[in-house]
Amino acid sequence: MLIRRAADILSSEITPPEIYRERRRFMQGMGALAAGAALGTAAEAEAGVRLAGVRASPYKLDDAKTPYKDVTSYNNFYEFGTGKSDPAENAGSLKTRPWTVAVEGEVRNPRLYDIDTLLKLAPLEERVYRMRCVEGWSMVIPWVGFSLRELIRRAEPTGDAKYVEFVTLHDPKQMPGQRARILDWPYVEGLRLDEAMHPLTLLAVGLYGEVLPNQNGAPVRLVVPWKYGFKSAKSIVKIRFVEKQPLTAWMAAAPQEYGFYSNVNPSVDHPRWSQAKERRIGEFFKRDTLMFNGYGAQVAQLYRGMDLKKFF
Amino acid sequence: MDPVLRNPKIWVFALCLLPLARLIVLGGTGGLGANPIEFITRSTGTWTLVGLLVTLSVTPMRRLTGWAPLIRYRRMLGLFAFFYASLHFVTYVWLDQFFDPAAIARDIVKRPFITVGFAAFLFLIPLAATSTRAMMHRLGRHWQRLHRLVYLIATLGVVHYLWLVKKDLTEPLIYGSLLLLLLAVRLPWGVHFLQAARNRLAPARP
Repeated sequence: MLIRRAADILSSEITPPEIYRERRRFMQGMGALAAGAALGTAAEAEAGVRLAGVRASPYKLDDAKTPYKDVTSYNNFYEFGTGKSDPAENAGSLKTRPWTVAVEGEVRNPRLYDIDTLLKLAPLEERVYRMRCVEGWSMVIPWVGFSLRELIRRAEPTGDAKYVEFVTLHDPKQMPGQRARILDWPYVEGLRLDEAMHPLTLLAVGLYGEVLPNQNGAPVRLVVPWKYGFKSAKSIVKIRFVEKQPLTAWMAAAPQEYGFYSNVNPSVDHPRWSQAKERRIGEFFKRDTLMFNGYGAQVAQLYRGMDLKKFF
Repeated sequence: MDPVLRNPKIWVFALCLLPLARLIVLGGTGGLGANPIEFITRSTGTWTLVGLLVTLSVTPMRRLTGWAPLIRYRRMLGLFAFFYASLHFVTYVWLDQFFDPAAIARDIVKRPFITVGFAAFLFLIPLAATSTRAMMHRLGRHWQRLHRLVYLIATLGVVHYLWLVKKDLTEPLIYGSLLLLLLAVRLPWGVHFLQAARNRLAPARP
């Protein structure tokens, strides 16, 4: 039998160059991942990697959880495009390491956190929250994170700190949606200090026990379950303590439609649609929207005496 | 080839059914995403607008190309616009509101974007009903006057889209500009322009 040696042709000459280069990039990426794993660094940043030491918490719901695929493929994250599937398709360009979060403003201990330090600030716990979008749909999501108050406590706000402002990364190179002026970038959100200190207010770093996917606001985001989804700022780079009520991105864009509080409230309609009902993703029939998204027992006292039609 | 298949109308008909076929295939394979009802509503709405704009482009295209047989496709295209509008309406009434008459009535009165969308749909009904040859004969010159409603309907359709989006107006504005163009070429100077363009494209035959 004659065994002929294969001619000495470089694979780069056979494979189309784009694919060859893509492969190289992939292998380099794998190499970096392996090195990262050995050093115990970079690999932690990858979406889908299991988060270690996540504790159970009392924040659970009887509602069925929205499937992982829906939670990670149906998103509003205008930094990656205004379509619901745009974030899942485009968020790959976001680099979540290195990443820092600046805690500044009216605090005694301003600090620039490295994201891996921030992850170890407090024990991670799983919390299953309802998420109600201002557009009229909702999900049930098992987040992983810790109460924002853990961070606030360490920052020691001064007497002048009345509000907390959250700023999302502004980098059109990584966030292609920012190349169009859909909103006045960067995305800014805000809470009153007592809202930010509320134990329900979560600084989330994961979902379904895994590192947060980019399209869900990696590496760190806010989750305020009794407010419409857009209040929960994603991919946060700055947390500022301020005296005056911050001008949020949506208030600047459409002040008559989006107020500072934006509490889930079935009796206060959006000027263009009703908020009385919602469609839970995965369900056929609409269900009634609950006051404060069902968290009234915990948060209603924050708004005692306030006209919620006026402070919408 | 079968003479029926040689009729280009059959192919245009089949082409017009593709958006519906796509929804059925996606529905059967779980491809409608996390919010299927929103997907179906958006898709049928989009194809209603496309259908209206394509119908409105028949006359200008005929003037531009001088190809008279184009007019034979206008009724079918218009009826397909009505077909997708009906699917859009049924999706809203059945899948979105699940036949809740109180909620639907409230929506129509309170939500301007639903008010104009509903009005556009209502106006389409007499046009579809009078699309037959017999009705054309019966109505005579009134027929054309009635069917000029389509300009209003398409405008309401674009406004309906414009008012419902949360922030990014790009897409509704694209439909709006196309509609504006299609309406402009119907004005005297527009007709003139098409005539001139046609003469430029096809020099007078000897």
